[in-house]
Amino acid sequence: MTTRIDTRFAELKKAGRSAFVTFVMAGDPDPATSLEIIKALPKSGADVIELGMPFTDPMADGPSIQAAGLRALKVGMTLRKTLDLVRDFRRDDNATPIVLMGYYNPIYIYGVDKFLVDAKAAGIDGLIIVDLPPEEDDELCLPAMKAGLNFIRLATPTTDDKRLPAVLANTSGFVYYVAITGITGAAAADATAVSGAVARIKRHTKLPVCVGFGIRTPENAQAIASHANGAVVGTALIDALKNSLDAGGRATAKTVNAVAELTAALAQGVKGAKQAAE
Amino acid sequence: MNIAKPNSYRSGPDERGHFGIFGGRFVAETLMPLILDLEKAYTAAKADPAFQAEMNGYLKNYVGRPSPLYFAERLTEHLGGAKIYLKREELNHTGSHKVNNVLGQIMLARRMGKKRIIAETGAGQHGVATATLCARFGLECVVYMGAVDVERQQPNVIRMEMLGATVHPVRSGTRTLKDAMNEALRDWVTNVHNTFYCIGTVAGPHPYPTLVRDFQSIIGNETKVQMQEVEGRLPDSLVACIGGGSNAMGLFHPFLDDSTVEIFGVEAAGHGLTQLHAASIAGGRPGVLHGNRTYLLMDADGQIQDAHSISAGLDYPGIGPEHSWLHEIGRVNYLSATDDEALAAFQLLSKLEGIIPALEPAHAIAKVMELAPKRPRDHLMVVNLSGRGDKDVPQVGDILKGKTK
Ligand SMILES: Cc1ncc(COP(=O)(O)O)c(C=O)c1O
Repeated sequence: MTTRIDTRFAELKKAGRSAFVTFVMAGDPDPATSLEIIKALPKSGADVIELGMPFTDPMADGPSIQAAGLRALKVGMTLRKTLDLVRDFRRDDNATPIVLMGYYNPIYIYGVDKFLVDAKAAGIDGLIIVDLPPEEDDELCLPAMKAGLNFIRLATPTTDDKRLPAVLANTSGFVYYVAITGITGAAAADATAVSGAVARIKRHTKLPVCVGFGIRTPENAQAIASHANGAVVGTALIDALKNSLDAGGRATAKTVNAVAELTAALAQGVKGAKQAAE
Repeated sequence: MNIAKPNSYRSGPDERGHFGIFGGRFVAETLMPLILDLEKAYTAAKADPAFQAEMNGYLKNYVGRPSPLYFAERLTEHLGGAKIYLKREELNHTGSHKVNNVLGQIMLARRMGKKRIIAETGAGQHGVATATLCARFGLECVVYMGAVDVERQQPNVIRMEMLGATVHPVRSGTRTLKDAMNEALRDWVTNVHNTFYCIGTVAGPHPYPTLVRDFQSIIGNETKVQMQEVEGRLPDSLVACIGGGSNAMGLFHPFLDDSTVEIFGVEAAGHGLTQLHAASIAGGRPGVLHGNRTYLLMDADGQIQDAHSISAGLDYPGIGPEHSWLHEIGRVNYLSATDDEALAAFQLLSKLEGIIPALEPAHAIAKVMELAPKRPRDHLMVVNLSGRGDKDVPQVGDILKGKTK
């Protein structure tokens, strides 16, 4: 099985550059604006889109992403509406990979089998579920693989060489290296430490390794992207979105552009980086 | 429910931390290695006689165990039915059952070489117990507490600070216990290298529900011996309140295989089960939160709903996974008591027995008021008096004066 994720990373490898992966929250600040934002991302240089599934209790996220999820929930976002959003996006874009990222409970309540069918049909390519470590692979990871969706695992600074094989065993698409021990939006990632960690992971897998958490500026993005197959930015984009909202937390005429402009600047940074040596 | 009865109700969890479909290890990868280490450390400690001996020394001379099993004569007379015994956990050092578990976890943290301890707290009793043992052993202590609870449990906030702990009021979400737990997990993910998370109830990722249960089982084990001494037999029923369910599990677990013993857990029904409440079994269904699968209050999309209880310690939209299993398998009956019922019980126990209970066990007393009169005079009923009411005196005083609600 080849997903849009596999195809995209193969293309990037040929082009000799790293991927720019963007994270935004589905339905933030409202479903219509959110659709415009995700449509603008590829046009501004995003290679892969991670779409957050709003959840009331995001235990690995910092204040920015927590608030984004709550904004989306407040306007009535649900998992079903997140799938609708992707379906609408796919009308004009059948190439940009979409990865849903979030927590397990909404999927568990939706029903795993039904979710996998509906997600695949909507045009989703992969899943990152923060609270499903390999110890819980029976829940969603193995069924997702069978359904033709990539299950992208997080590796962290605490994932040592002994544990890495278990973490990588059922991972596909790419590996997401969490550059810090911490929540989203906290400390800045250190390029030197990241470079060592990516090299360590690459000793165990042929999959592309993307790095996220703590990347905020085009300079950060360039530094990190030169040591990895991709750089992920989330909190910085969400902060740009938030700063464009009116006092009531509603979208303004500036909202879509605010995200698009920062995306373009970050994409320039990533594109300035040479692809890490294989 | 058509679930096969197990040979023993006490053999769980399996090696992956499951009680039936409940439990598990639903945590971020960053925490997984530490959770596996904790499991190893706990298995080793359990097998080490020196660990138990050290625990026993502190339980006796620092905590003040065993706690008495007291015959509540006037309450019994007043209700006119079952003979009611109170398991006096409120007499423990720090004023509740929470200290039994904290002592065990702090001993484990010491064995693992962790110098920084974090905890979540609702009523503040777990926070106080954690701050106390951190003071005793010279460890750094950080406690997360919902901003709403900081307000309504002021005496405990002051105590924690006097004991040298840092209390972080949590302003996200509903600003109660659930959000305190989220914030503690965020701290843990960030400081995993030097930090031990001391969870206050039988919930969270495996092995927490098991190790907290084991540390709290001293309540039921003592009760068994004490009842044998005074009455020469097993009790006929057990009653305990349920927040996450640690005081209840501690009392219940040693009796689960004694089939003649009826067991009742009491959840918080808040304003009533059709309105805002905190009764996850009565009003919830299985979902995944805070590291485990268990009964949760949530909406149709799987978003966690706000809980409400007058009692900060019960104001949580979930319950420990082993309770969910005991419910589905039918071994334990889960009831619920409203805010008003708990307030009435709080006053009744104070006036009849001269014991001011915490609002949490007042929920258990409230159901005793219903259950006891329907049972014969030779029926032996044990209720876990999990904590004393000092922390609630200002809040209840205000409510009774009609100032706030
Ligand atoms: C006195 C007392 N009882 C009961 C509880 C509820 O916790 P659990 O259900 O884990 O015993 C608390 C929690 O704060 C408490 O302080």
